[in-house]
Amino acid sequence: MDTVIHTDKLTKRFGDFIAANEITFEVYQGEIFGFLGANGAGKTTAMRMLCGLSTPSSGTATIAGFDIYKETEKIKKNIGYMSQKFSLYEDLTVLENIRFFGGIYGLSDKQIKEKSGQLIESLGMKGEAKKMVGSLPLGWKQKLSFSVAILHEPKIVFLDEPTGGVDPVTRRQFWDLIYEAAGNGITVFVTTHYMDEAEYCNRISMMVDGEIKALDTPAKLKQRYSAISMDEVFYELARGAKRSE
Amino acid sequence: MNNISIFIKKEFLHVFRDRKTLLMLFGLPIVQIILFGFALTNEIKNAKIVVCDYAKDAASKQIIGKLQASQQFEIQNALLSHNQIEAAFKNGKIKMAIIFPANFNNDLLHQNKAQVQLITDASDPNTATTISGYASQILMDYQNELMQLQNLPYQIHTEMRMIYNPELKAAVNFVPGVMSLILLLVCVLMTSVAIVKEKEIGTMEILLVSPFNPFLVIVSKAVPYLALSLINLTVILLLSVFVLGMPINGSVLLLYAVSTLFIITALSLGLLISNSTASQQAAMLISLMGMLVPSILFTGFMFPLENMPYPLQLVSHIIPAKWYYIIVKSIMVKGLGFSAIWKETLILLGMTLVLLVVNIKKFKIRLT
Amino acid sequence: MRTLKFLLHKEFKQIFRNKALLPMLFVVPIMQLLILPLAADYEIKNINITVVDYDHSTYSQKLISKIIASGYFKLANYAKGFNGAFDDIENDRADLILEIPQGFERNLIREDEQQLYIAVNAINGVKASLGGTYLNRIIADYNADVRVEWVQMPRFHLFPTIETVSANWFNPTMNYRFYMVPGILALLVTMIGAYMCALNIVKEKEVGTIEQINVTPIKKYQFILGKLIPFWLIGVVVFSIGLFGIGWLVYGIVPIGSLFLLYAYLSVYLIAVLGLGLLISTYAETQQQAMSIAFFFMMIFILMSGLFTPIDSMPKWAYVMTQFSPITYFIEVMRMIVLKGSEFSDVKIHFLIMIGFAVFLNGWAIYNYKKTS
Repeated sequence: MDTVIHTDKLTKRFGDFIAANEITFEVYQGEIFGFLGANGAGKTTAMRMLCGLSTPSSGTATIAGFDIYKETEKIKKNIGYMSQKFSLYEDLTVLENIRFFGGIYGLSDKQIKEKSGQLIESLGMKGEAKKMVGSLPLGWKQKLSFSVAILHEPKIVFLDEPTGGVDPVTRRQFWDLIYEAAGNGITVFVTTHYMDEAEYCNRISMMVDGEIKALDTPAKLKQRYSAISMDEVFYELARGAKRSE
Repeated sequence: MNNISIFIKKEFLHVFRDRKTLLMLFGLPIVQIILFGFALTNEIKNAKIVVCDYAKDAASKQIIGKLQASQQFEIQNALLSHNQIEAAFKNGKIKMAIIFPANFNNDLLHQNKAQVQLITDASDPNTATTISGYASQILMDYQNELMQLQNLPYQIHTEMRMIYNPELKAAVNFVPGVMSLILLLVCVLMTSVAIVKEKEIGTMEILLVSPFNPFLVIVSKAVPYLALSLINLTVILLLSVFVLGMPINGSVLLLYAVSTLFIITALSLGLLISNSTASQQAAMLISLMGMLVPSILFTGFMFPLENMPYPLQLVSHIIPAKWYYIIVKSIMVKGLGFSAIWKETLILLGMTLVLLVVNIKKFKIRLT
Repeated sequence: MRTLKFLLHKEFKQIFRNKALLPMLFVVPIMQLLILPLAADYEIKNINITVVDYDHSTYSQKLISKIIASGYFKLANYAKGFNGAFDDIENDRADLILEIPQGFERNLIREDEQQLYIAVNAINGVKASLGGTYLNRIIADYNADVRVEWVQMPRFHLFPTIETVSANWFNPTMNYRFYMVPGILALLVTMIGAYMCALNIVKEKEVGTIEQINVTPIKKYQFILGKLIPFWLIGVVVFSIGLFGIGWLVYGIVPIGSLFLLYAYLSVYLIAVLGLGLLISTYAETQQQAMSIAFFFMMIFILMSGLFTPIDSMPKWAYVMTQFSPITYFIEVMRMIVLKGSEFSDVKIHFLIMIGFAVFLNGWAIYNYKKTS
């Protein structure tokens, strides 16, 4: 299997505070990689380093084969990102957002047209294509946001708590989209709070106090901590945490 | 009441945690007072002029000496040709040219009449009028000196007294103006954003579903700015007394009381903007683009209101800063009591009430 | 280039969709330009005068009518005594008191000499000294009239007189609006450029969309150009409406100098101002901060720009400060080209300085604009 993310002792310090401490792991192509941890464990910090939004204090990493320090611009062409905060333009329509993000990733007009047609079709948003994104319900926004993040067929897509505040049905649909993307060979790197969602991942890592405390498939983790559910695994690991809110 | 204090505490935290904004809010009055106190003046000093002296005789030299000695003028190198003068005007090097014709002294002594030509750059008419006035004054003084030698009959002397500001300091006029301007703009600007911001982020709904009177929730947003403005007022007053040497001739207590009223007027105006707009951007643009320059002009401390066309004088009536400016002048400079300012105070009070009522009305509409 | 096209497309859509923004961009500046020049008249006229005439003689009456006829003064009140007149000053009904003592006419004839008393409200020092000067001049004139009447001597050139002949170049009718319109227009264009640019970028920061932009392969310069170009264009459009629509049509100000030169300067100036907005946006986290920072500097720039008060009168240190404000130069160049027809050679230095501002402000902003933290 190809390695698409490789990190070695990646660290981020803010003054005295070590937000992420010597994180080392690998993610393989086509994998759905879950990144778990309590609030403040350092998930978002780690993810922002991988996306090139934040420069690491020390350690090394390659994303899609590119160096995280020197080749951030190349990395950006090969990744998609969906942040915790909803970040499409609310004062643009669905179509306009698709066209804009397609355009800045260098898709041709023909590709944009094709893709936006497909995308709107598959999301069942035909009636909403010309509506302002700001007027859509949250669940639709999230699905749209995800679809836009993989519009340019990146090697990896980073999702930062993509299903926060969304109802169970929409969450289910959202995960269908994730599976579909993974089926198309896109590696999915996702942080989440929901332990049932953790079960959907191929492998998961658990972060506690800025360090990775466990990394394996959900089944093996449950076995190791002799737990019935991921919930229990999480409690077991997070219990000793100092920073949880 | 206890509940309200919780809200007010929260608002104080918001305001005092944003260091950058706070720095600007406190920095502004200090910088302004210093600028107005020391740098800005309507008076014209050091105006660059040229003198073309075709006469080069005793009289022209004496007059040039007087021009040189005056603070108003800074005489540049002499230019001789007409074209050179025009070029100097065009690149902005000079504001006025004074031309003495040949035989100036001769004409003056023997024909009792001589001419001087003043050419001004009237693209700036205010300066042009003022400096040609100064120059004429100097010429007149010279002429009077000549007359004095002849011991004239029937002399009328005038004795002039400058009331309130014998040294004619610009600060005496500007400080009340700056106070009005700063208090108004800071209050309007900050409150206009405060509420819209909560609307935009969505926290306003949380506040509105809380069991307290929503209007009080809104009013509590204004309280930190009232406190901040009173601090600003104190800073301005201290600076003007100790740095600019301005007197406070009237009652300080009265000054604070009326200032508090004015601040509340401004805060209500800010709340109104906040209540009428949907985004921070809109609120800020209204208070910045819409209010900054008009307040500078219509307060009346820079340009005389009585010179404005009548409709604009009417417009100036609705600017609260104008009334406050009159009040501050009366208390600080003229040392008058409440009996002199009750009318202006009443107007401010009326404005505040109207603004508050409109605010409440608007607010209720929003709730239903 | 293609990326830029998409960025521009998006910005324009957002700007023209924002119903609150458009009037602020176009209507408010135009309205202000229409009204404000009328309000910025500094000419000292309509000075209110209260007269206390203890003499009640023909000659005191003559003096009073001469003062009123001059056109500078408006008779506010005839007061019975000085205390009554002082009330007028306290209430701002009068700016100036003229007191004519009892026996004015008689003393003038018998003793060849008489005193008049003037009291001026000097809170506004300039107005006071000018008012006083005018009044003195009128009294001196009156004095000369009286002398001519009583002395019965040859009327002409009894005493040496210096006659001043004034010529008012570039604006012979001394219309102050000619002066204010270009200045206020310069100011409005500046405010639009700096505020809009700063607020727009900070808004993306606050909402979080900038994060999304930062993970895309958009280059720093592309993003910045995508922001600068729309506001640059809006600046040019507002300027043109102001110059032709208001300045020319309403106020009848026909630019004397080269329009090409004027627009060339505007282009460079707008880049500098937008750079300032950009710079502010890199230091501000929230729109509120951006606005207070912008407000702070704008206020200082406006006051120091020479728009309302003359720069030459400032003390040395303040004069030096004004040279660090781009607005100062633009207002000056506007007035030079529009009113005086100055040519490129006259504003060469201004051009160089403005290019310097543009490079410096934008350079600093770009340096400070971080895609990563």
